Amino acid sequence: MSGETTDTPSSTETPATGDAWQVPWASIRDRARKGVAAAGHGLAFSGLALSGLVLSLLMLALILVGPGLIAYTSVPGHTHGRTAGLLALPAFVLGLFLASRLLLVIRQPASLTRRLSGPWCGVPIAEPYLPHPRTGGRKAGPGRRLAWLLTDPATWRDLLWAMVNGCVGLFLAILPTGLLVLGFLGVVAPYAAGYFRVLTVTAAVLGLWAAPSLMRGYGYLAQSMLAPTQQAELALRVRHLAETRTEALDTGAAEIRRIERDLHDGAQARLVAMGMTLDAAGQIIDTNPEAARALLFEARDASVKALAELRALVRGIHPPVLADRGLADAIQALSLDTPQRIHLASDLHGRPPAPVESAAYFAVSELLANVTKHAEARETWIDIRCTDGMLRIGVTDNGHGGADPAHGSGLRGIERRLAAFDGVLAISSPLGGPTAVTMEIPCELSLPKTSSC
Amino acid sequence: MRVVIAEDLFLLRDGLTRMLQAHGLEITAAVDNGADLLAAVAAQAPDVAIVDVRLPPTFTDEGIRAALAARNTAPGLPVLVLSQYVEQLYARELLASGSGGIGYLLKDRVFDSAQFVDAVRRVAGGGTAMDPEVIARLLARNTGNASIGALSPREREVLALMAEGRSNAAIAQRLVITERAVAKHTASIFGKLNLQPSDDDNRRVLAVLAYLEA
Repeated sequence: MSGETTDTPSSTETPATGDAWQVPWASIRDRARKGVAAAGHGLAFSGLALSGLVLSLLMLALILVGPGLIAYTSVPGHTHGRTAGLLALPAFVLGLFLASRLLLVIRQPASLTRRLSGPWCGVPIAEPYLPHPRTGGRKAGPGRRLAWLLTDPATWRDLLWAMVNGCVGLFLAILPTGLLVLGFLGVVAPYAAGYFRVLTVTAAVLGLWAAPSLMRGYGYLAQSMLAPTQQAELALRVRHLAETRTEALDTGAAEIRRIERDLHDGAQARLVAMGMTLDAAGQIIDTNPEAARALLFEARDASVKALAELRALVRGIHPPVLADRGLADAIQALSLDTPQRIHLASDLHGRPPAPVESAAYFAVSELLANVTKHAEARETWIDIRCTDGMLRIGVTDNGHGGADPAHGSGLRGIERRLAAFDGVLAISSPLGGPTAVTMEIPCELSLPKTSSC
Repeated sequence: MRVVIAEDLFLLRDGLTRMLQAHGLEITAAVDNGADLLAAVAAQAPDVAIVDVRLPPTFTDEGIRAALAARNTAPGLPVLVLSQYVEQLYARELLASGSGGIGYLLKDRVFDSAQFVDAVRRVAGGGTAMDPEVIARLLARNTGNASIGALSPREREVLALMAEGRSNAAIAQRLVITERAVAKHTASIFGKLNLQPSDDDNRRVLAVLAYLEA
C-alpha cells in the first residue's frame, strides 16, 4: 500500500531552475509507514469497540429479560401469560446476576484500550478503578463485590464508553482502513470510470495521511470517558498516601528503635564500663600506681571504641559527607569505600530536599551493597540527574543478573522507602546480567547555582 | 615550632592547646572559625595549622575548605586536619592540594599525645600523616588487587604504616624490627607493586597512596 502513495503527491512542483528541490522520499515513506501503522491500530481498536458494544448490548438484554416477560404477560388474552409471569422473577434475578458478572468482563476491552492508547495514540490513560475490596487479606463476599462494582463511577463510565465507542469511536477507528480498502477497490475494479479511480485513490491517500491524527483524536475521545475522574484520582491518591504514610511511620519507628538499641548496647555500655574502670583506678592509685596506670589506658581504649561505634551509628543515620556536600559527593565517597570500580556521572545543579536526598543515598547504598554481595560485578555505573522535577538515579552493573525484588527484602525495602516520596523503582535483571535499576523521585532542587531544574 | 589551631569547641581547643604546649610547641593563635584561621595564617606565618573539619558558620566541611584556601594563599603551608570521622573523599582532596605537608587524622588520635605530637611534627616538616582508618579502608577496597594479594602479611603491615606517612625509622620502631629489615620490605613492596623506588619519604607516601586510590 505504501508503494502507491509514494508515487502520488510530489513530482508536480519541480522548479524550472533545476536540482534545487528534491522529492523528500524519506519523509514520504516515513509518513506512509506511520499511516499504515495507525490504520492497523485503528482496526484493532474497532475490534475492541465491537466487542465492548456486543457485551454491553448483551448486558442490557439480560437486564431487560425479566421486565420483558412481565410486559409480555400483561398483554390481555395471552395463553402462556401465567407461565411467563412465573418465570419473570427468576429470569429477572438471573439476568441481574449475569449482568453483574458481565460488568467485570466489560472492563477487559476498556482496560486494553487504556493500555494501548498511550503507545498507539500518544494519549496515556490511567486506570480509574477502585481497588478490590478485601477483608483481612481475603477476597470479599459476592455482596460486597457487587457493591464495589456498582459504586465505582468508572463502571458506569465504561458502559457509556462502550455505547459511544460502538458508534462514534468505531467510525473514527475504522475510517483509515475503510478509505484504504476503497482505494484498493478503485484500482482493482475492472470497469470503473477514470474519475472514480482518481477519487478513490485520493481518498485512500488522504486516509493514510490523516490516520495518525485520527488515532490521536480517538485517544482523546477515549481519555474523556476512560480516564479517572478528578474525584476518582483524588480517592486513589488518598489511598496511596494513607498506605505510604503508614509505612513511612513504621520504618521511622523501627529505625528509632534500632538506634536506641545500638546506643544502649554500644556507646552507653562502654561509657558505663569506662566510668567503673576510672573509679577502680582512683581507688588504687596510691597503693598500686602501676595497676592504676594500666586501668587508665584501658579506659582510654574503651573511649576510642565508643567513639568508633558512635561514628558507625552516625554514618547509618546521616552520613557526614551527605550533610556536608550533598548527594553526588556522598555517593562518590560511598563508591570510594566499595571494592568494585564505580563510574559516577552526576548532573545535579542544586540540592534535593534533605529527606529525598537521604532516601536516595540509602537506596544507592543498599543497591551497591547488593551488587557487592550478590552480583559479582566488576564495574558499576551510577547516573544521577534531575530533569522536569524528577530525580533519576540509574545503577547498572555488569554482574550476573537474576535479581528479583520478590526474593530478599532489600529491594522491597528500597521500594517502600521511595514510595513515601512518590518515588518508584524499576529493575531489569535478566539471568546472565547486566542488572539495571532505575529510581525516580519527584523533587525540586533548592538553591541552584544558576540553572534551574 | 609555631602552631595555629582552628577548633570551634572550646573544650577541645583548650585541651589541644595545653597538650601541645606541654610538648614544647608554641601556640600562636587558637581561633574558632575559618575566616579567623586565614587571617592568623596570613599574619603569623605559622609552621603548621591544625584545623577541625566542622567549623561555623555552616558546620559542614568548612574546615577542609579553609585548609585548602590557606594552602592556596600560603603555598606549602603544612596543614593537619582533624575530624570526628574520616572520609577518603576529603583525604583525596587534601592530598591533591600540593605535595606534602598534609595530615588528616581522627580526633581520637589526640588521646595518644606522643603519637599525635609526632604526627604534628611530621606534617610541619613537610611529611604526611594519614589516619590508619583511611589506609585500612583503602586497603580493604584493594582486596581484589592481585599485586597487593601477593604481599606477605608483614609487607602489608609495612605498606599500611608507609601509607600513613611514617618514616623507615618510625616503622622499624613500631614493628620492633631493624631499619634494614624495613628497607628490605619496602624495596620488595615497591617491586611487587611495580612502583618507582624513592629515598624521599614523602614522595614514597604519595606514590603508595596514588597506587591505592587508582
